[in-house]
Amino acid sequence: MAEVTKEKESKLADPIAASIDPATQEMIQRAHDLGIETVFDRAVNMKPCAIGIQGICCKNCAMGPCRLPLPKGGIIGEDTRKGLCGATANTIAARNFIRMIAGGAAAHSDHGRGVAEVFLSVARKETDTYKIKDTKKLISIAPHLDVATTVEVDGEVKDRNIDEIALEVAEKALAEWGKPEGTLYYTKRAPKPLYEKWKKQGVLPRNIDREICEIMHRTHMGVDQDYKNLIKQGTRAALGDGWGGSMLATDLQDVLFGTPTPLQAEANLGVMKEDHVNIIVHGHEPILSEMIVATSQKPEMIEYAKSKGAKGIQLGGICCTANEIFQRHGVPQAGTFLQQELAIITGACDAMVVDIQCIFQAVANVAKCFHTKLITTHPIAKMEQNNVIHIEFDEHHAKEDAEKIVRIAIDNYQNRGVEVMIPRHKASSIGGFSVESIEYHLGGSFRGTYYTLNDNIINGRIRGVAGVVGCNNARTRHNEAHIAVVKELIKNDVLVLTTGCNGIACAMEGLLTPESAAVYCGPGLAEVCEVVGIPPVLHMGSCVDNSRLLLAATEVVKAGGLGNDICDLPLAGSAPEWMSEKAISIGHYFVASGVYTVFGLHLPTEGAPVFHNYLSNELEKIYGGKWDLEADPIKHAHLMIAHIDKKRKELGIDKARDRVLMDMADRQALGA
Amino acid sequence: MSKLVAFAGIQGGYKVVSAAEGLYNKALATYNADTKIGFPNTAYYLPVIYSLTGMKVETLEDLKKPLAFARGLLPPHIKGKNHLPYLGPLLDSGMAAIFCYEIMEALRILDQPDFYHPEEDPDLEAGKKWVGPADDVILRKRGVEFVDGSAPGFAAIVGACPNAEIAKMIVEDYQKKNLYIFCAAHHNGTTVIDQLIEAKVQIGWNTRIVPFGPDISSAVFALGFANRAAMAFGGVQPGDFKKILHYNKDRVFAFVNAFGDIGTEWGVAAAGCVNWGFPTLADTDIPEILPTGICTYEHVVANVPHSEICQRSVEVRGLKVNVTEIDIPLSFGPAYEGERVRGADLHCQCGGGKTQCTELVKMAEMNEIEDGKVVVVGPDVMDLKEGSTFPLGIYVQIAGREFQTDFEPIMERQIHHLINYIQGIMHIGQRDISWVRISKSAMEKGFSLKNIGVVLHAKFHQDFKKIVDKVQVTLYTKKEDVDKLTDRARAEYKTRDERVDKMTDEDVETYYSCTLCQSFAPSHVCSVSPERTGLCGAYNWMDCKASFEINPTGPNQPIVKGECLDPVLGQWKGVNDFIQKASRGAVTHYNFYSMVIDPMTTCGCCECIAAMLPACNGIMSVGRDYSGETPSGMKFTTLAGVMGGGASSPGFVGHSKFNITQKKFIAGDGGLLRLVWLPKMLKEELKDRLVKRGEELGVPGFYDMIADETVGVTEEEILPFLQEKGHPALSMESIVR
Repeated sequence: MAEVTKEKESKLADPIAASIDPATQEMIQRAHDLGIETVFDRAVNMKPCAIGIQGICCKNCAMGPCRLPLPKGGIIGEDTRKGLCGATANTIAARNFIRMIAGGAAAHSDHGRGVAEVFLSVARKETDTYKIKDTKKLISIAPHLDVATTVEVDGEVKDRNIDEIALEVAEKALAEWGKPEGTLYYTKRAPKPLYEKWKKQGVLPRNIDREICEIMHRTHMGVDQDYKNLIKQGTRAALGDGWGGSMLATDLQDVLFGTPTPLQAEANLGVMKEDHVNIIVHGHEPILSEMIVATSQKPEMIEYAKSKGAKGIQLGGICCTANEIFQRHGVPQAGTFLQQELAIITGACDAMVVDIQCIFQAVANVAKCFHTKLITTHPIAKMEQNNVIHIEFDEHHAKEDAEKIVRIAIDNYQNRGVEVMIPRHKASSIGGFSVESIEYHLGGSFRGTYYTLNDNIINGRIRGVAGVVGCNNARTRHNEAHIAVVKELIKNDVLVLTTGCNGIACAMEGLLTPESAAVYCGPGLAEVCEVVGIPPVLHMGSCVDNSRLLLAATEVVKAGGLGNDICDLPLAGSAPEWMSEKAISIGHYFVASGVYTVFGLHLPTEGAPVFHNYLSNELEKIYGGKWDLEADPIKHAHLMIAHIDKKRKELGIDKARDRVLMDMADRQALGA
Repeated sequence: MSKLVAFAGIQGGYKVVSAAEGLYNKALATYNADTKIGFPNTAYYLPVIYSLTGMKVETLEDLKKPLAFARGLLPPHIKGKNHLPYLGPLLDSGMAAIFCYEIMEALRILDQPDFYHPEEDPDLEAGKKWVGPADDVILRKRGVEFVDGSAPGFAAIVGACPNAEIAKMIVEDYQKKNLYIFCAAHHNGTTVIDQLIEAKVQIGWNTRIVPFGPDISSAVFALGFANRAAMAFGGVQPGDFKKILHYNKDRVFAFVNAFGDIGTEWGVAAAGCVNWGFPTLADTDIPEILPTGICTYEHVVANVPHSEICQRSVEVRGLKVNVTEIDIPLSFGPAYEGERVRGADLHCQCGGGKTQCTELVKMAEMNEIEDGKVVVVGPDVMDLKEGSTFPLGIYVQIAGREFQTDFEPIMERQIHHLINYIQGIMHIGQRDISWVRISKSAMEKGFSLKNIGVVLHAKFHQDFKKIVDKVQVTLYTKKEDVDKLTDRARAEYKTRDERVDKMTDEDVETYYSCTLCQSFAPSHVCSVSPERTGLCGAYNWMDCKASFEINPTGPNQPIVKGECLDPVLGQWKGVNDFIQKASRGAVTHYNFYSMVIDPMTTCGCCECIAAMLPACNGIMSVGRDYSGETPSGMKFTTLAGVMGGGASSPGFVGHSKFNITQKKFIAGDGGLLRLVWLPKMLKEELKDRLVKRGEELGVPGFYDMIADETVGVTEEEILPFLQEKGHPALSMESIVR
């Protein structure tokens, strides 16, 4: 609290202008009442750097930082801007851009590596804390890593021992980060024409780490100074994320913790309970959160909580940890990225447990104002503030560590100080849509197939599919663009697949309920939702689970009738409120996989018009996908719809489908 | 509201599975666990369960597994608010119920072995109106109609119409559309079948109106029929549920009509049928499911007026039916082909040993005849008293720029089924041994012999438009005219037979392919030569040639046989090239004259299957209408299962009945003299020709050396008989090479 009073003239955020969400508005107001500063206030006090935002500040060597602002009237004639070394705006923007890809790919992939390491110790039977929960998934991914699932014994084909499969999968998977030869196995899961494009362009990732490392090298002072060549390496690293680190993270998490299937939960800060011990789990890796979930459900822990006067333990997630434990356990999502401070401001958060990525250092400051224990758990993610407890979490002592954390929270319940104020706002939500569970729900155990979806796209009930994903950003009104884009899409019969904080935003808005279809959707999409019993927005997980979107798109291609490649599909991607480097990596692997991808706010490429044009026009000729930028959410949605309509026209499904009645000659022409 | 459908369907699933479990436990308390259980005369166990899961149910004990499987398929109930997706769960629940319905039917047959009358037609006098599951003989016989397209699919009708008149109208409309009508389940105690009986409509497989059973569980027989078709003709392996169900969605044009109030047990059955791609159309106000996906078009359509339901049904299923509108006062179509005219219903008749009845088709010059002219020379049937007989000569003259005398017998063979297609008229035999029976009901509707001419004129034009320009029909009913025609016809028949009999494979450079059954058996290609008629028995070389000329892009394509690779086994380079291409590389070559070395493939619609009998150093053959055991250790249907599906299976070959007495029959393996066993029925049918061929081969009395089931049904049983008779096969070189 002392911090806020230091700067007398500092402004406060207007709660209504800061967020569309009433719970968030109430908590911002409460923060003001209590004199606590949040990200919303900082955003009104500090403007972003006008040059950095355009991507044209080069600080890669000590002769700089060199800043190449765009002239006020734009470039007239030749663009003569140069850094000291002569680097052009294109070079600088491209270097900065792919360094963001490197940052994002590194984050996802290091997350994936962590999972792979745990999986290896499980396969080696070095830990009994984690187990293989989904052997079906293990068997389904094994062939993609070139791991045999059957063995021949005396000429007879038999199922291979599951432990053997697990061990080989674990070893092969982990090797993907640093194998000395070859290219990533999973790139072959893409539709063949797409794989061939990558091969032809020379962008098949050799291993996950190398491509990130090479970005750091190429963007070092005086190495790669051709924006086209730079972005090519960005593509290679981004593919190593989407079709490598992230995809392996998703798959191995599913094997260890179960492939999500539809379930019901609630979302928003209102899920916290005054009379319960509230533990907020925040960050990304389910390695931690799975253990916290299991531990907090143990009868002895619940008894212990009761002994301290609480009625039980209420868990809630923030950010992608929320998505992970929601999709597998139906644990409620307490809030988005921008609500992390607010969860503490309720005064009811007895412990906030964090691991990696997207965690404000400011949560330690806010925690200081309350009884809340802030616990960091990851060796690579610590905080300098002295009120932060660090309990390092590793797979060999996970049970003990989790128990310790939960006990700290329970013990802390009695220390609640100021009046507790939990917003009453929460909404029901249905999640758990993995590639596998969608297939099942499109026709059951016997007829489940993505063709059901394709058929309704072909017949025009569903206009197309959009992946709307990504972060929140305090530079724009919290959740406004997320919800406006999604509602505009479903109103126009576009089925939305969501991950990350967009998923939480949609949950908070009630868009993840089947009932919302009749309220918000166009008639065609509403009818399909009604038949299948699904919400118009399908929650597919966390940000590493954007790999599920790639595979879902691949399944749609495979099911037939909509072209041969992802870029043929009536499909578009969007990140309306992006903020992290991970979003840039995701955006770029979507583009390189053939998806038209629109970002909100701004892109750090606008200061280099030629490079920006390369991303938003030229890339389409190579990969079929391209970048676009639109801050206005309605226009943003309509750019996506226009692209979907263009693809429908190219596929020849822009007109009503005739009812084909088959006679004998037609039936004979069916062939094999 | 699909949610209501899902809610009810899942409720129904629980209800049906629990009921089946109850019946099963009761059966276990009554019978030993090893008690045999199953449907009569089928090699496909309980066919739905077997086809979709691969589980073979043979005993009461065996039911445990599918029952547990069905229980496992039941999804959680649907919550009122914030429910989870339900389409997949609903379809699973439907499948669980279908499995249980099949189990319940198997338990019913165990409990009441006489409940069903397992024949083609019910025995109404004995009060047996339900025929139950079709056995494999019916499956193959009727399945061929699905194969050649004469039956595009089936309407599964459950419940009862508001009255008999409506039931009759709807069913007759489906008959006209050539569909089979599979009936099950009652509504308030009455059924469509009861209503049809009341309306005096002939029911049974022969009129395509199949009374499966009185309960909704009996509807499972329709699905069992469809799935067996996929295995028998489509070559789909049991347990490959995805392929079986897709086969049905793409190739079996079936749908459900639900008449009456739809309870949860019907609802869950309808949901089960959606797995097959079979939609439901109802006459009641139920929630509709219109988006497409699992079915080709709509899934559930409600409130359909009875007057529109037939047309809507075929449209919703995506089927085009060409209804033949012919200007006669009676209904017309394949559904009436098997209809009988029994004694009590007979108005008058000709032929059948009582009078002469002769048919002849002759080519005419273009200016010689008048198209569409039909003349009755002599008294017509309305001039005849009830119970009378009369002679008949049907003389058809055809002119056409493309017409050839070779086509005459082909056109003449059409007369049999075309006359049979007329409702209330029955036709048996051909040539100079025809027999036509005319019913009272036909007379009431105003039948005249002229109608026969109208039918032949219209259908010849319609089906053979490329070769037919003019058709004139003369019907003689005076004895002297008929006798004159008969004399002329007999001379014609003789010339024709000699021409065909003398034709050899060496005489021609071109054979024909036949892919008529590819709509149903996608991987199979037949080759037809003069001395190897099509294995289904329907097409000989001449037919294929004509068919090609009539329709050059049709299912019969010429194969230039090319270089002869093996004259003994019958292999040609041109044929190999053709089949390799047509089977997409699955079959690279086969031999026409051998069943031991790389024999020809079969789709499963063959008339007979020959199997090697090593201990007898010979072979046997069995027709599809013989359901007993054979010395090969397998019944026909098992044999067909072993070697159907488009694969070459050494030691077995499919062939037509006629082929047995053709000169090249397994010539590469020693020929007809290898034949040591035939079912009695088939042996007698072929008697004259077998005797003749035996003599030609220098073994007079060969006919009597062939064993049949009265001698034995194992190799051990028939071998002493063969030895005693001195069967030539025993002294031939070893058949095992």
